[in-house]
Amino acid sequence: MLTGEPVIGILLFIILAPFVGTIVLGLDRIITARMQGRVGPPLFQPMYDILKLFEKEKMVIHESQNFWIFGYLVFIIITGALFFGGSDILLVIFALTLAEVSLILGAFSSGSPYAHVGAERELIQLMAIEPMIIIAAVGFYEVTNSFNTLDIASYGSPLILVLPGIFIGFVYILTVKLRKSPFDISTSHHAHQELVRGLNTEFAGSTLGMIELAHLYELVFLLGFLFLFFGFAAPIIGIIVIALVYLLEIFVDNATSRVKWSFMLDSCWIVTAVAGVLNLMALYLILR
Amino acid sequence: MESLIFLILFPLIAGGIMLFLPNGRGRDLFVNFAAIVTCLGSLYLLFEYFGKGEVLFAVDGTFVDPLILAAEVAIGLFIIGISLKFKKYLVTVLAALQLAMAAYTEIVFEPAHNIGFDLFIDPFSLIMALIIGIIGSLICVYATGYMKTYHEHHKDVKDRRPLFFFLMFLFLSAMFGIVFSNNIMWLFLFWEITTLCSFLLIGYARDEVSWKNAFWALLLNVIGGVAFSGAILFINAFSAGTDIYLNELLKSSPEIALVAAAFIGFAGLTKSAQFPFSSWLVGAMVAPTPVSALLHSSTMVKAGVYVIVRFAPIYESSLIGIAFAFIGALTFLTASAIAISQSNAKKVLAYSTIANLGLVVACAGIGTEEAVWAAILLIIFHAVAKSLLFLSVGSVEHQKHSRDIEDMGGLIAAMPKIALMMLIGMAGMFLAPFGMLISKWASIHAFVNAIPPFGMLLIAIIAYGSGITVFFWTKWMGKIIEVRTERKPVEKEASRPEMSAILTLGGLTVLACLIFPLISSTMIEPYLHAIYHTTSPLLSLSNEIIMLFMIVVVILLPLSLFHFAKGRTLRRQYMGARVTEVEGEHLKFLGSMGVMKEEELSNYYFPNMFGEKELSRAGVWSSILIIVVMFALLSWVFPLGVMM
Amino acid sequence: MAYITKSPWIIHYDASSCNGCDIEVLACLTPLYDVERFGIINTGNPKHADVFLVTGSVNEQNKPVIKNIYKQMPKPNVVVAIGACALSGGVFRECYNVAGGVDKLIPVDVYVPGCAAKPEAIIDGVVQALGVLEKKREDMKKEAEAGH
Repeated sequence: MLTGEPVIGILLFIILAPFVGTIVLGLDRIITARMQGRVGPPLFQPMYDILKLFEKEKMVIHESQNFWIFGYLVFIIITGALFFGGSDILLVIFALTLAEVSLILGAFSSGSPYAHVGAERELIQLMAIEPMIIIAAVGFYEVTNSFNTLDIASYGSPLILVLPGIFIGFVYILTVKLRKSPFDISTSHHAHQELVRGLNTEFAGSTLGMIELAHLYELVFLLGFLFLFFGFAAPIIGIIVIALVYLLEIFVDNATSRVKWSFMLDSCWIVTAVAGVLNLMALYLILR
Repeated sequence: MESLIFLILFPLIAGGIMLFLPNGRGRDLFVNFAAIVTCLGSLYLLFEYFGKGEVLFAVDGTFVDPLILAAEVAIGLFIIGISLKFKKYLVTVLAALQLAMAAYTEIVFEPAHNIGFDLFIDPFSLIMALIIGIIGSLICVYATGYMKTYHEHHKDVKDRRPLFFFLMFLFLSAMFGIVFSNNIMWLFLFWEITTLCSFLLIGYARDEVSWKNAFWALLLNVIGGVAFSGAILFINAFSAGTDIYLNELLKSSPEIALVAAAFIGFAGLTKSAQFPFSSWLVGAMVAPTPVSALLHSSTMVKAGVYVIVRFAPIYESSLIGIAFAFIGALTFLTASAIAISQSNAKKVLAYSTIANLGLVVACAGIGTEEAVWAAILLIIFHAVAKSLLFLSVGSVEHQKHSRDIEDMGGLIAAMPKIALMMLIGMAGMFLAPFGMLISKWASIHAFVNAIPPFGMLLIAIIAYGSGITVFFWTKWMGKIIEVRTERKPVEKEASRPEMSAILTLGGLTVLACLIFPLISSTMIEPYLHAIYHTTSPLLSLSNEIIMLFMIVVVILLPLSLFHFAKGRTLRRQYMGARVTEVEGEHLKFLGSMGVMKEEELSNYYFPNMFGEKELSRAGVWSSILIIVVMFALLSWVFPLGVMM
Repeated sequence: MAYITKSPWIIHYDASSCNGCDIEVLACLTPLYDVERFGIINTGNPKHADVFLVTGSVNEQNKPVIKNIYKQMPKPNVVVAIGACALSGGVFRECYNVAGGVDKLIPVDVYVPGCAAKPEAIIDGVVQALGVLEKKREDMKKEAEAGH
């Protein structure tokens, strides 16, 4: 099984993802700063932050916290590795869920009020986005007749042409996944007046470093997932559109304020139903 | 054949003996002995029939058939009698109707006996027998410890343990009967015995609430019984006598098979607590925990899905099957959503049971090879993990005197062993490398190929349902591992029989995840290939390896704790930098008014969004609608004129 | 060079300041001064912070709070006292409930005078604090090596 292309994909992901993620996140912070009329940090700031966190004292409430967070990092890497190794996309999604659950359990285990509320909110987010991700995977299958990411990516024509609704729905929940305003309810760079840091409140030093590192891997995985809508049939357009989508996310992040959890849950589910499920049903007419 | 008959009769006889044994060590030892023999018997069965495919047995009916008839009449009369005594006239009417139908069948059509094979075993039966034999007997062992504590805690309940153990073993015997019967009339008798046992066990405490819930369960199950006897009547009236045998019926003409499958499947819906009949299972949680574990999670409800899965090949690509699939999928979604709003641990388990059975029914309704594969895997994994959870919750309840999830905060510190077992059980219910998720993955694979556009709608329902499942399990897991202060574990978490059953089930859950490719290739796939005549492997090797790899990672991860224990500093939770202090297990902080306040954390339940009442109502009415449509379709498939 | 100097995250606590210094601290985060250029982020959580900015004087009410925040900051960390009140209690130092400057309670590494302190002065103070941070980091490393 482990020969040839999959291994290359997996190795490239494990080695390169932190750098790619750093650059994307660094650009994100610079563009955000420019939108606010500031200069912004250096490009590699996200990487400096992580390296700094690993230099600090290991401060915990109890050790089991770190166990969950380490699990989170490991399973995020496995998620991405499975994805870039051309594996079954449903397995990828389930590995992602496992990773998320591990992070949430780490927050729960601390017994801190802020982390507790953050964990509950993160769970709501998970519940809000899960249907859309599964529907996206099924949409890919309906068109390409395969669940394998490699087969999906190498499909003859760009999938977005027949899956526009699913693409829109996925971009909608991407805001939740990227922890961008208005859906950054569980933990936010900006919300320290209301929840301290929510989910991340009780993680310090290297523990927080592992979370930030996992975010970089997750970011690359999510962008890769977006790329599936274009595949090798239209790679350049794909990269351009992904860049535009990310720019849109940054804009939305800066232009909106946080909403209540109920609005997030309702809107995600409704968008999933309207854009995702309808697109899925319409596939019968398109593909016939 | 002897081992089959042994497994049906031994628990019955052992249970009969227990009826006369007084409470005490002697009886407990005998229960353990009987449980071990039953368990070994089912293992011997595996040894004897492994890889043999379908084996049919003819039984000399001259002696057995009158006995079966007599037992059926006796059960009917008992139900009529007790419902009259308690003035539950609806039950009386239905039971009488059922009895009348059985009598009518017997008198008018005089079904020919001894023309086919009454007993049989095939890989699917074998799997079910293993579930019943291993898990069922573990639960009986657990019950010896649990019931003792139960009566110490519930002084108001009269001690009827001899009857209790008799019913438990009678129940095991009936379950073996169900899975070994090829003759549908035999199957029906065992079916009725499970109804009766469950009625008596739910009403064990014999107070007002137990009776009420027991009769509710009886009523819904008798509705299923009426449908079942209707199916028998139908088969006798409209087809050759041999169709009364399961193996013949499956090969019978599509119309006959479809009508029979619809009626018996309907009965299966009642027994496996699908909407609109789900409420009996929730009410049944008043029973002592071993009852919930045995009847309402791992075996009795499995009888319902067992018959539905048996008929799956008939449902394949028919609208009747689609109707069943939708009832199952709706049940999955609705019951999962209701579970969010529940804080009573046993109710959460009950709703999650209903939901998972819904997924099994949905798969069986689709009826393709892949779907049935998923359904059987779901049955296996659900039986192990859910009984583990039930038993753990039972023991926790005896320690904490509460079955509320909110009272389970920090369980991992107070009762580490049981809490760990609960975490394994819950992870088994919804997380990636564990069992249930493999099945969910397979069911999604199966649904995408179902009849369009129904398959897509089913996928959408499953997609929402799976998000909801993650929510209610994770918040419960979070509650268990939430540790605020240092605390010492309790000295004794549970009695020895309880602990041994829980630990064994925990081991079995992990084992099932590790060896499921083996179970699949040696038992499930041969069964499916015999029916569907295909030879394609259902799970590709690379996916198997990935899942096994992930399980290994999960098992190895705790080793990282050794690393993380080194060179760390411990600090208390951030409480807005307020003054905090620890008092025993409690974490206190200085409130704004200068008073020390205790920190209290509780989970989200969203009663307004996922209220039990509203969602149940929606689930019940929509499923009734689907059933009505299904029977309307049926009369179209099978013209009413012929039926009259 | 240690990475800690490239990414100093701050926590800002207003002890009993008149809000003058606080406004100047927040001014540093605005587009005009934009301290994120140096990787500085205002975290609001001691467990994530490296630099503790205190404004205002210590009084009986906020004593435990300052102590708690300092205790919950993982090492290496530095304390920067900003403004006259944080340095010595300022005009309030004779007040019945005021204990004096922040250094009465926790070790202060950099003092930024002023009433209110100018943003330029605050930034200069933080930059000086980075030098202290780096030194502390090296000490920590040595200690860890000696420990093994």
